[in-house]
Amino acid sequence: MSISEESSATRGAGEGGSEGILLSLRGISKTFGPVRALAEVDLDVPAGSVTALVGDNGAGKSSLIKTIAGLWRPDAGEIRWEGREVHLHGPKDAEALGITTIYQDLALCENLDIVQNMFLGHELTRRGVLDEPPMEIRARETLRDLNVVTVRSIRQPVASLSGGQRQSVAVAKAVMSNAKLVIMDEPTAALGVAQTTMVLELIKKLASHGVAVIVISHNLNDVFEVADRIAVLYLGRLVVEGPASQFDRQRAVEYMTTGAVGRAA
Amino acid sequence: MEASDQSGGTQGELTDAPDAVIGIAAEAELSEAALSALPAEVFAQSLSEYFRAWGRRLRNGESGALPIIGGLIGVVIFFQLEQSQFLTSVNLVNLFVQASIYVMFGAAELGALLLSEIDLSVGYVGAVAAFIIAELNQPPVSLPWWIGVIAGVGFTCLWGALQGTLITRIGLPSFVVTLGGLLAMQGLMLELATVDKTASGGVITLNGASPVYKLAGSQMSATLSWIVLVATLAGIAAYSLARARRRRRQGLAAPPLGVTLLTLVLTAIGGTVLVVICNSNTPAGVPWVVPFVVIVLGVFGFVLSSTKLGRYIYAIGANPEAARRAGVNVSLVRTIGFAICGLLAGMAGMVYESRLGSMSTDIDGGTIVLYAVAAAVIGGASLFGGRGRPLHALLGGLVIAVVVNGLGLMGVSTAITDMITAAVLIAAVTLDALVRRRAAPGLR
Repeated sequence: MSISEESSATRGAGEGGSEGILLSLRGISKTFGPVRALAEVDLDVPAGSVTALVGDNGAGKSSLIKTIAGLWRPDAGEIRWEGREVHLHGPKDAEALGITTIYQDLALCENLDIVQNMFLGHELTRRGVLDEPPMEIRARETLRDLNVVTVRSIRQPVASLSGGQRQSVAVAKAVMSNAKLVIMDEPTAALGVAQTTMVLELIKKLASHGVAVIVISHNLNDVFEVADRIAVLYLGRLVVEGPASQFDRQRAVEYMTTGAVGRAA
Repeated sequence: MEASDQSGGTQGELTDAPDAVIGIAAEAELSEAALSALPAEVFAQSLSEYFRAWGRRLRNGESGALPIIGGLIGVVIFFQLEQSQFLTSVNLVNLFVQASIYVMFGAAELGALLLSEIDLSVGYVGAVAAFIIAELNQPPVSLPWWIGVIAGVGFTCLWGALQGTLITRIGLPSFVVTLGGLLAMQGLMLELATVDKTASGGVITLNGASPVYKLAGSQMSATLSWIVLVATLAGIAAYSLARARRRRRQGLAAPPLGVTLLTLVLTAIGGTVLVVICNSNTPAGVPWVVPFVVIVLGVFGFVLSSTKLGRYIYAIGANPEAARRAGVNVSLVRTIGFAICGLLAGMAGMVYESRLGSMSTDIDGGTIVLYAVAAAVIGGASLFGGRGRPLHALLGGLVIAVVVNGLGLMGVSTAITDMITAAVLIAAVTLDALVRRRAAPGLR
């Protein structure tokens, strides 16, 4: 059985040892008083692929991404980035490594246009004055790279964009900051069918550029559509992790709801 | 707006050709609402396209400055019908000077409004600056005028920064802090008037030779007025044409030449009307305060549109969390916003005393704050942050000046004037709220 269970030591073997593994977590634990949010989580995230993090509410998905994003420090465990152990003391540390988190609220300013949002906090200036043309050119190239062509003009305010387009802008912003790992929290939660398709294509495109993507989703259709690997969390434990091809809907649901697959093992 | 995507490529097309364009949104497929949310200059390639886009925005309630200009013209016609001396050069020049006070206070308030905050102290902050300037320039101190100006405006800028620090570092609501600031500055103003023995009855008269007095009390010569107008227009034309050329050279969309020229022609007409009115007054010439206000608003506008600081002010006004995550020092930018409030309020106080030729403790700083907020909001700035330009303070300030001036000519009592101004303010805020609801359905 190639899906490695929690106790297995062969996790990530399919990726050829540490080759191509961008981020690996070993024994990550976090408790809040009596509540164990994360218990001994081991996870490898390879570059250039999409890892879906699934689990029921309260399974620890958010706790895990907050740990990776540097928002809080784990009580125990080790975070390795490109093979080296790192300590994340805050979101800035994670950002410096190339970890970008796109939360559900997307963190876009509606009154600013696409270019302004993509460069927010990293504006280019010439003699102290904002230098718009190079920003616009780079924003346009990035969006084109990602096949985002539905927007009418990159000078339109984000307020005029659809949910899917906003998601695209948030992703493009991450790409432009040279992110190596993009964590997306429920990227399709609020989207219609066409827009969901658009965002899923975008995620695949992102991975094909060599970026590691972690997607948190409740929607198994989306997960199977986009994920190369699937990791299931249950009550703070990572119960199973492996290539998406080795899961089917029923197994995934069983892992999510009971933390194990009774008959299949 | 969702329709724009869903009308584009279907899922089937995507799986067939994953690299193909995802959901092409041709113009015809974009919904009216989505299109109307775009500024016309964003995509119009020609003058006619520009007008079409503009018309579409109008129909969808995204009217920009048009209703305010329309309203202004309506009010002017009304007052002219009621009082034939309204549209005389004497009254209009007086009105411009009167408006410059509201415009300056409105611009000051904009510093807070853009951040989704409010500054209730601007009125008395301006009054304190005016007293500092007057007392340092007049006997017995008699320092050079510019020292007084730097001291007065510098003090109010620091005061604004202090209020901003309390608001951002301790996390107090700006409403409360600046309400305290209103009282504190009123007290300081009274104290300043008491300390100065020459301020009999709380009034300090400005020396007629002082540049501070001349700002609103004197004017350029008629010839100089024309020269300044032509130079200003040439500067604006050179800047906007050079900018458009640079953008085109780099393969970027630029407003069509026709639009640039049209804007320039309209600006030129406005400027010419202004100079003609002022030059036909006796004494002829544009009051110095007019170019002063234009320069201050121009610099403020440049800072807002073309510097990181301005960009961050808009970003924080709309979504402080997004700005924080983008690495913006939110506390610092907000503090600077309040410092700008104080700085411009100080300058506004200087314009105020210049118009009166003296400074008195009778100044009603509370009403001035209301006029300041009203000027910004009537002009089109949003009370909810993130939207507004100095141009809006200019338009709103003009509206208030026209109403106050016109009602004054009609001999209407202060009580009625206050109530009518209040009605105009409420109408403007209502419009603001309605436009927001229409522009962003289902958002917050």
